[in-house]
This record gives sequence, C-alpha cells and structure tokens, in this order.
Amino acid sequence: MKLKKTNIEQIALRKRLVSSIIFGLLFFTIVILSFLYVKTQSTLLGGTPSVLRHSFEWNEKVWSKLTSKTRLSVHKPKPPKGDVPRINGDIGLDDDIDLKTYTVYIESGNKRLSLPISAFYAAPKVGYSTDFRCIEGWSEEIQYAGVRFSDFIKLYHVGIKADGSYYSYVGLETPDKKYYVSIDMESMLHPQTVLAYEMNEEPLLDENGAPLRLVIPIKYGIKNLKRIGKIFFSDTRPPDYWANKGYDWYSGF
Amino acid sequence: MKQKQVQILEKHSRILRYTHWLNFVFLSLMVWSGILIYWADDAWIKIPNQVAEVLSIKFRLAEGLGWHFFIMWGFSLNGLIYVLYMIKSLEWKQIVPNRQTFKEAIFVILHDLKLSKHAPITKTKFNAAQRIAYSSAILMGAGSVISGLAIYKPVTLGFLTNMLGGYRAARFEHFCFMIGFILFFIVHLIQVARAGWNNFRAMVAGYEIEKD
Repeated sequence: MKLKKTNIEQIALRKRLVSSIIFGLLFFTIVILSFLYVKTQSTLLGGTPSVLRHSFEWNEKVWSKLTSKTRLSVHKPKPPKGDVPRINGDIGLDDDIDLKTYTVYIESGNKRLSLPISAFYAAPKVGYSTDFRCIEGWSEEIQYAGVRFSDFIKLYHVGIKADGSYYSYVGLETPDKKYYVSIDMESMLHPQTVLAYEMNEEPLLDENGAPLRLVIPIKYGIKNLKRIGKIFFSDTRPPDYWANKGYDWYSGF
Repeated sequence: MKQKQVQILEKHSRILRYTHWLNFVFLSLMVWSGILIYWADDAWIKIPNQVAEVLSIKFRLAEGLGWHFFIMWGFSLNGLIYVLYMIKSLEWKQIVPNRQTFKEAIFVILHDLKLSKHAPITKTKFNAAQRIAYSSAILMGAGSVISGLAIYKPVTLGFLTNMLGGYRAARFEHFCFMIGFILFFIVHLIQVARAGWNNFRAMVAGYEIEKD
C-alpha cells in the first residue's frame, strides 16, 4: 500500500496544522477536566466517587446476567491435610469463644432460631476444593467442608417469605458485629456456598473463623465472613463492611 | 498571484489518530489504576516503600479497582474499533510483519543504536522494527484484555482462566503485559523524539511533508 500524495497550498496546510493542534489541546483539556471531575465528585459510599460506584453497579448488572447460577468455581486438587490456610484479617475475631455455648442466631421474617454449633455438624456435610481469591490479588487452593447454604435454609425453613419466594439478600455478621457482609441470594444459593467448619480437612482455626464461617468461592475473600454470629434475610440490602469502605459490593466472579 | 504548493503524504487517517490518542489516555489510566491494585499484593516485583510513598500509591486498592473496571470498557472498545478499522481499511498490511521483517529489523536496530551506518531502505509506511513493535503492542492489548477478563471473572469466564493456565498464571500474564506496555512506551517515546517533528506532526494533523 502506498501513502496518498497530494499538493496543497502552504496557507491551507498551516490552517490544517493549527486546527489540529487546537483540537488536540482541547481533547487533553477535556480529558484532564473529566478526570478531576470524577475524582472530586461527591462520594456515595466509602470514598469511592459516584461515577466509579455507578460503574461497579453497572458491571454487576452486566456480569450477574452473564453468569450461570450453577457454574462452579474450578475444581483444584486438595491441599495437604492440615495445611494452614493463609491468614488475612482479624476484624471481628477478638473475643474468646467457647464451643460448648457458641450460638448462631438466625432471623428470617418473624422466625428466630438459636442454633448450637452441633446443629451444623449434624446436617449433611459437603466439601469442595477450589481457589480462594483475595481482592488484594493473591489466591490459594483450599479445601473446605460444612453445610451447603441452600441445604441449610431448606432444612430450617428460613430465607423464604410467606409467598414462597426467597428474600433478595442475606446478611451475616460476627458475634461482636464488627465485621458484616451482605450477599445477593442467588450467589448464596450457589452449590459451592458453604457454612464451613473445616478447612484443609481440619477444624477451623480461630484465625480462619472458628467455629463456623462462610466460604463462597464465587466471590472475593472479603465476602467470606469468618466466625458467623448471626445470619439474617432481607429485601433491602444490609450493610457490608468493605462496600462501606469503597469496594465493589457485588465482588463476584 | 499563485500560492506556493507543498507536497504532502497522508500518513495517519483521522480514525487512526483518534484511536491512538484515546488509547494513550485509556492505557495510562489502566496502568496507573493497575499499579494501585498491584501494590496490595506486589507478588513479582516488590514496590519499595519509599517509592510507593513518593508515587502515593499506598492503600488505594478500592480506588484502583474502581478506575480499572470503569476505564476497561473504553480501553477495550477503543481497541476493538482500531482493530476493525485496520482490517477494513487493509492497513493491517502495513504493520503485520512479513518474511523479510525479522531479518530487516535487526539492521534497523543496529542502525538506530549507531552500530551500523547502513539504514535499510524502507519503501513502506513503517520499517521492520516498527512493524514488529506495533504488531506486538496490538497483541499485548488483546492479551491484556483476555488475561484481565480471566482474573476478573474466573468463574463466569472460567474457560479463559483455564486456557491461560489458571488464576495465578493469568494474573502473572496480565502483569507481564503491563510491564510490556511500559517498556513499549519508553522505547516509543525515545523513537518519536528521535524521529522529529515531521513524524510527530503526522500523528497530530495526519500529514507528513515529503523530503526529497
């Protein structure tokens, strides 16, 4: 391919150059102003400018439509038994706990349940090994076992409204209420979403959320709440610790 | 009185210039926000604390993610428009390397490093080294989008993640593409500075004045 050659009057050429330069400067001015505009905008939640928060929400809309309800997070070989899963974050884990008296509170509509930890051991046990992915970037293979959340809510008839439909959101919090998450029901009903009491074939360590934690491998680690004190259901979105600090609320894969 | 005529070459079309400069903006923002994200777990190249402080990139993960997943749409769309344009206009023939390119590129590089006095004669829009550099940049763009999707949605797009060797591998590949872009950018800047105004003006106004 040859480049096109043309003859042009010098004055016309100068005009073309000047208008191109003006256009270019205008372009970069608009870019810089837009950047500053986004950065200095009112923040809706946790310091994230509202344009970026809307972009999180828009991405959530797009990707939650594209994902299938049952597509599993990749199966990985089990890590060696007893390998200590990486410990990251200890918010809500300050108190000492006593396994004998530990109680998990469930709130669903008017229903109130106080379940001892043995209730979870008694329910059908499932386990998976897959990637656990932290929003910081690292990931590691973990094995985990416990009660599948969808089995659990069927077993105790919770999470369902009088008309038979599910609540839209599930809220979970630590006993001291210092860490809390909220998750869309669809992701909670995913087959790999488990109320886990074992990781890498050993009982949960305190630092990993003993005696019962959420493992939801279709979401970032920030949603995998350790040490569940309360589970509740709602049609309005309950508060979420990291979403309140500027992170994407959905945080799903 | 008759005006003086100048002979010009139409070097870069309007759409090519627009996508080029938009890409400059989008890619810079992607690299910047990517570094804000990378700081949270600097797995392969450690960012020294002092550097992080000077660049003010510490504890800005949420902000980095916000920008990254916002600008990604513009970056991808702009790249797609560019590639479709290259295909449709047949301009891809000007940048895709051909049989002689790799051999010629060695001579171009030797010449540019002043190790050889003989510049290979370039009859086409770009010389051999440019062809390789620009083709790689396009491939890196595609690679960064694909590896980015693989770590952004490793369940929904799990087939991509598997194809790239798993989550951790895909993350590493994504990081390598970023390093590649930074290296490309440095060389590109040096070469543009060396080539001078006539060449740079073509990316601003489209034309180059032909030298005899």
